[in-house]
Amino acid sequence: MTLDAAWARRWMTQAAAALADAKDDLTELDRQIGDADHGVNLDRGFRAVVAKLEATPAPDDETVGAVLKLVATTLMSTVGGASGPLYGTAFLRAARVTDRAHLDPPAVIALLEAALEGITARGHATVGEKTMVDAWQPAADAAAAADEGTTREVLAAAARAADAGATATIPLVATKGRASYLGERSAGHEDPGARSTAILLATAVAAVEEP
Amino acid sequence: MSTALVLVSHSVKIAEGVVDLAGEMAPDVPILCGAGTLEGGLGTSVDQVTGAVERALVAADGVVVLADLGSAVLTVESALDLEDGWSGRVVLADAPFVEGAVAAAVTAQQGGDVAAVRAAAQEAGTMFTPEPVQVLPPPAADAPVTARVTVANPLGLHARPAAQLARAIADLGVPVSVGGVDGSSVLQLISLGATGGTELEVAAHGPGAPEAVRAVVGLIEGGFGEA
Repeated sequence: MTLDAAWARRWMTQAAAALADAKDDLTELDRQIGDADHGVNLDRGFRAVVAKLEATPAPDDETVGAVLKLVATTLMSTVGGASGPLYGTAFLRAARVTDRAHLDPPAVIALLEAALEGITARGHATVGEKTMVDAWQPAADAAAAADEGTTREVLAAAARAADAGATATIPLVATKGRASYLGERSAGHEDPGARSTAILLATAVAAVEEP
Repeated sequence: MSTALVLVSHSVKIAEGVVDLAGEMAPDVPILCGAGTLEGGLGTSVDQVTGAVERALVAADGVVVLADLGSAVLTVESALDLEDGWSGRVVLADAPFVEGAVAAAVTAQQGGDVAAVRAAAQEAGTMFTPEPVQVLPPPAADAPVTARVTVANPLGLHARPAAQLARAIADLGVPVSVGGVDGSSVLQLISLGATGGTELEVAAHGPGAPEAVRAVVGLIEGGFGEA
């Protein structure tokens, strides 16, 4: 099974719905260790993404990369907080390696690795600093390790690893991002960016099948 | 060679205020605001930044961008990533927002190119290099009056309490050191980074010293009205 531009569009619709549901939870996580805007910002950004996609008719030869590029520029323009340029750059780098109609498992792995690379390039964070990298890095690693599987299995492995990675940020002390201002007091709370990454990747899996 | 400035802040008010301030010193320099979200709320948007830079490039040969907190910088970097056509003509300065903008504007007014204007902005950052803590006046012949005090409020000597303490010490008219630094200097007090529970030595010399030390200890123990 390969993934096409219609999958990418379904992914964004489902991501917007899931992030809208999680808006208050994400904002609550961010209130504890940040500036309480992560849920609201992502909800605004992904709503704008869905509106933009609905207003942009899909050409017959639409590539996955074309959808992801539209997602990237929309997030950069509308999210408002640091997650805008971070997720925006992730989707932009992912778009550059997915400019084709269908993604096979190696292309899905490349998408996730490019997204991770975009986030680390923009945010200068590494694993263990209590940021979204703590979800993206295990996701990309797990995808690469699942390279014998179908596209769905690759994505599912990435989503499971992102979920575990997000949970594993709870005891960490933040050294990057807004939460780092809190130092030791940031321990005991899950990083909102790592959690939203897990939500985003879970919807990538759910979007594989037509609803 | 003309250079414009684009100021990127989370807050439109902050950016507009700095546009006013820097503009007063550099009336011929285009200084544009690329701040706030698309709706004008708190935040940053690549569209706001790109729009301001494009308008600035109509008015000048090059653009130096200044940004305030974290995501403002990320947003400018994203805009630079997206717009290949700007290569070399648009640069981000790693500089303090207010001081950097003023220094950059003055250099741009004198005809500085992008590199010179960015350098001027970044040089403003050296104002914040930690100065060696001033040596207090030589101790008087008599023994100092000292006391140890534990910082009571959890956030400690952050800006507001430090300013309150420095003003109070200046009003006492007796030089008082707190944690080894000049207690009348708000910047030196902040540089202690003393959070709640930190123990500090308060010391003074000469006439009025016992009363001054008592007053300072009382203020710190009082927690500056913070829980």
